[in-house]
Amino acid sequence: MTALTKSWERLAVPLFILAAWEVFSRSGVLPQALLPAPSVVLHTWADWITGFDESSQANSGRWLADALSSALRVAAGYAIAAVSGVALGIAIGWWRWVERTVEPTIQMLRPVPPVSWIPLAIIWFGIANKPAIFLVFLGAFFPILMNTIHGVKTADRNLIRAASMMGATEQQLLRHVVFPAALPSIFAGLRIGIGAAWMLTVTAEMVAVKSGLGYVLWDSYYFLRYDLVLAAMASIGLLGFATDGAIKLLMSAALHWQHGSTLQSREG
Amino acid sequence: MASIDLQNITKIYRDAKRKRDLLAIDDVSLSVQPNEFLCLLGSSGCGKSTLLNMIAGFEKPTTGTVTVGGKPVGGPGADRGMVFQQANLMPWLPVWENVAFHLRLKGWRKADRRSAAQEYIDMVGLRGFENHYPAELSGGMSQRVGIARALLLNPQVILMDEPFAALDAQTKMDMQEELVAIWQKQRCTVVFVTHSVDEALVLGTRVAVMTSRPGRIRELIDLDLPRPRDITSPRFNDHKRHILNLIREEGMQQRSVAAA
Ligand SMILES: Nc1ncnc2c1ncn2[C@@H]1O[C@H](COP(=O)(O)OP(=O)(O)OP(=O)(O)O)[C@@H](O)[C@H]1O
Ligand SMILES: [Mg+2]
Repeated sequence: MTALTKSWERLAVPLFILAAWEVFSRSGVLPQALLPAPSVVLHTWADWITGFDESSQANSGRWLADALSSALRVAAGYAIAAVSGVALGIAIGWWRWVERTVEPTIQMLRPVPPVSWIPLAIIWFGIANKPAIFLVFLGAFFPILMNTIHGVKTADRNLIRAASMMGATEQQLLRHVVFPAALPSIFAGLRIGIGAAWMLTVTAEMVAVKSGLGYVLWDSYYFLRYDLVLAAMASIGLLGFATDGAIKLLMSAALHWQHGSTLQSREG
Repeated sequence: MASIDLQNITKIYRDAKRKRDLLAIDDVSLSVQPNEFLCLLGSSGCGKSTLLNMIAGFEKPTTGTVTVGGKPVGGPGADRGMVFQQANLMPWLPVWENVAFHLRLKGWRKADRRSAAQEYIDMVGLRGFENHYPAELSGGMSQRVGIARALLLNPQVILMDEPFAALDAQTKMDMQEELVAIWQKQRCTVVFVTHSVDEALVLGTRVAVMTSRPGRIRELIDLDLPRPRDITSPRFNDHKRHILNLIREEGMQQRSVAAA
């Protein structure tokens, strides 16, 4: 198959949805303001990015700043979640006593929806970056942690035997055997985590922060600018897609040894 | 060079799930002299791997002591190289990194590890496959990587758990020859587990025939056959007949115990 037909395969469904939406929106079944056509959304979005005709009013030309402030919150919370989730996950998976002392607390905190921490987050951190970063951390931390624990626990005991036969200390076992063995699971957790991270940044921005894509989204709702609401939603989707793609790239680089041994490697 | 001493070893596996204990090894005493090539011969499930794992330090005997080179075995260590029943290679490392894993643990630089690994890769005939990953190797090739990895430790003692069981006849014969040559060159002590009478007779300086569960040493047989071993010679066949008789008796006793 050529590259062209392949990218056509990927684009067919989104293009069809956009075309149907455009037709439906122009048909006048609903007032245009309630469901703006894709062309209108695109127009507003373009102004939001470049500021060429001020059609997005106060937001005109401010897209990059908005996207950047959301992305930085995601990056900060996600980085903290990734480092602490992987480290704690390895400790819980490896040492029984850590599991016994820490795991019950974790399992009790895990079902509490991150969103329900918003009141406390605002009280503790005020209205700014910190409550958003805290929420992002909460959302990404648990999937990363759970998957890391699973990866460590399902590591092949025989590989640990082989390494200790070659004189590995406990620390070396963790670094040279347990961590690489858990890496496929860890990446599964990282990919779930990045989705949660974007969801929670936007949620936090709608409630507790006065900048970012989520803030624009909620603010535009008050001003009945549904074209901007949709442009904000599309921006979040695209950025989420891009960050997940980046993690996927990182993953296939780190797990290149799996090529040829998993189902995934079937697609050429 | 190191001798291995097993004194009155018993091993009971506690089976918590079925609330039943399993006597795997029953009062085994055995000493292996330095530079000896001992073959442990026995049927499936008789406790060969268990015995080997206790020498390696992966399992602790329930009673009795294991000493290697005069020192009691406390746990696994690089003085005893082990080749496992399954190759147990790190799937995320290429062949040469698997072979040189010990040097990675010792903090050697990459270039030094790479050149040190080459000698052993050549020894097991895997030149050209240095950068392959375990998923890209055949079963026999993986097993050879496992052997190279154990040899690189330059250990006093090499423990092998049916390393050639999964190989075809031709490769098996080549590998057996290779192993004897390596053993003669490195002057190490080898304990080799197998359930093949021929293999034990081709390789060993001594054969320990084990009973079925619980594992005991049924008989120790010295092999003073010249090398390379001729599997068609009358003396080879005398030994073979004797061992096969032992195994047959063992099987008959098992069945009569089961019938009673
Ligand atoms: N970790 C374990 N826990 C409980 N029972 C075990 C364990 N390892 C081995 N056994 C039992 O001990 C007995 C001896 O097992 P072992 O693996 O030593 O046999 P083997 O002689 O190596 O057999 P094979 O030739 O099939 O590899 C078996 O009955 C087995 O069920
Ligand atoms: Mg076995």
